[in-house]
Amino acid sequence: MKQHRRRRLEERFFLVLMVFSTVTVLGSLFLILYTIIRRGMPALSVDMLTKVPKGGYYLGKEGGILNAIVGSLYLAGGGTLIALVLSLPIALYLHSHARHSRVVHVTRLALDVLWGVPSIVYGAFGFIILLALGMRASLLGGIIALALLELPIMTRGMDEAIAMIPDALKEASYALGATHLETAVKVILRQSAPALLTAVLLAFGRGIGDAASVLFTAGYTDRLPDSLLSPAASLPLAIFFQLGTPFPAVQQRAYASALVLTVIVLALSIAARYFAKRLTRNVVK
Amino acid sequence: MRRIAAKLFNPKSDRAGSDPRRSRRWWKRVALDKSAHYTMRLLTMATVGLVPLIAGALLWRAWPILATHRLTSLLFSQAWHPLRGEFGFLPFIMGTLWVTTVAMLLAVPPSLLTAIYLAEYAPVRVQRLANPVIDLLAGIPSVVYGVWGVLVIVPLVGNQILPFVSRHLGALALFRTDNPTGFGVLAGGAVLAVMIFPLIIAVAQDLIRAVPQGLREASLSLGATRWQTVKHVVLRRARAGVVAAVVLGCSRALGETMAVLMVVGNVPQIPRSIFDAAYPLPALIANNYGEMMSVPLYDAALLGSALVLLLVVLGFNVASRLAVMRLVGTN
Repeated sequence: MKQHRRRRLEERFFLVLMVFSTVTVLGSLFLILYTIIRRGMPALSVDMLTKVPKGGYYLGKEGGILNAIVGSLYLAGGGTLIALVLSLPIALYLHSHARHSRVVHVTRLALDVLWGVPSIVYGAFGFIILLALGMRASLLGGIIALALLELPIMTRGMDEAIAMIPDALKEASYALGATHLETAVKVILRQSAPALLTAVLLAFGRGIGDAASVLFTAGYTDRLPDSLLSPAASLPLAIFFQLGTPFPAVQQRAYASALVLTVIVLALSIAARYFAKRLTRNVVK
Repeated sequence: MRRIAAKLFNPKSDRAGSDPRRSRRWWKRVALDKSAHYTMRLLTMATVGLVPLIAGALLWRAWPILATHRLTSLLFSQAWHPLRGEFGFLPFIMGTLWVTTVAMLLAVPPSLLTAIYLAEYAPVRVQRLANPVIDLLAGIPSVVYGVWGVLVIVPLVGNQILPFVSRHLGALALFRTDNPTGFGVLAGGAVLAVMIFPLIIAVAQDLIRAVPQGLREASLSLGATRWQTVKHVVLRRARAGVVAAVVLGCSRALGETMAVLMVVGNVPQIPRSIFDAAYPLPALIANNYGEMMSVPLYDAALLGSALVLLLVVLGFNVASRLAVMRLVGTN
């Protein structure tokens, strides 16, 4: 009987502990969102979103972070575009003839490892590429670093999306005489389009939020980027620099910038989930 | 050109080429298919080569310092005076280890308990609610975590935890400090812990779910309680997976830069207590990118530390992925 009681007590104890942990984890997200909104909202203004920094901005004079918003969109947009062009063929290859070969195994492992590489290392690698090419920190450099950072995220996402397609569909296409390429474009891409879009959006969200990789490669400027070879500002670095100033008024703007970045990233993340669910009209299950 | 052609079309199909039934359009389709195949293969191979390429490039740029300084003095010396040509990475390595250890201690128990709860106990409704929220947590940029750390964690550590702990446990060296700001190892570890929650939870949850249902049923039918089943059957079976999840979280924590940089204090010293300021390796690299080209060997030293970081993270990652692969293979 005593043992029975002890077992029940243990069961209860751990259940309470588990629920407590789950609430803590979920609560930390809400705490973060609450903090960012609460501190960012008061400092947010139309000027912040529509103006570039004027002289003395970092001392508390007027201006906004339009340079960083536009720069970030360019950087993440370019990076995502390059990553897309590279990762789509790779994801398709992982599901073509060589499905169970050693190459595919090794590639998946390599992609997982690349996913784990810290973004500061991508930044350092991008910096070395720039040095080797004799270039300075620029929009192009940032785009290259972000493309490398996003490549494994996007490819693995697409890999999983394509894996969901039933084999019978592909076999039907081959049986009609279609080549691998035709099957890939007309059947696989079409069937997995929503999930592919999800992968792209998630990678974009990761790219736009990353600071360490653009720190070396994209530089920072108060102007809007006007060419691929000129430096470009980015939102994460804008937050970082503004928070680093000793002036409370500028630090307020860092909170507002953090709010802007958080809203962008969460919107992307939610949109990605939405597409994964909704855009499945043409998909054969 | 001919060799490429020979590779593209083997002799068998060459004979088929004289077959009048094979139209020109057919040839075009096959040629397109083949060239697409080789392009895709090339890109895939290039991806595999990317890891060695990154390591090689870092090694190339770090070579000047590796050639002029002994590895032991780089790794185990405390003297960090780039202007005098002294590069001892020990304070930064110790800073990384302290912050990562604190983060793991704070992150692993709640993450694993949450993963077990969501995989074994939670009603479907709770799972549907909790998992997207955890995914959102994973998507928040590290800079935002840093801002949150500065606004919430650092004041919490500096104003609440530090006075309380030093009043009651001040006798222990681990809790004694002359740094009252709150910026330090504990703040860095706490922010990192929240950052790696989602990763550990997601991986551990997947692998716990992969344990065959029949095992659970057998255990429950023998009269075990649910927790006993979890403890003796599920976790035993998923042990490698749990380790893999923790190792993966650890490797993420080792390389995380911006959030840690913002709350850890950045003083090049070996921390002696959890309230001391620290200066982890990634923060060192990120903070000094501006000056590093003007001081001789400085860039080599920093890129060398990036190489060390890469190799450590790589080792952790490969180990954990192989463990997962083996586990998934056995189930």
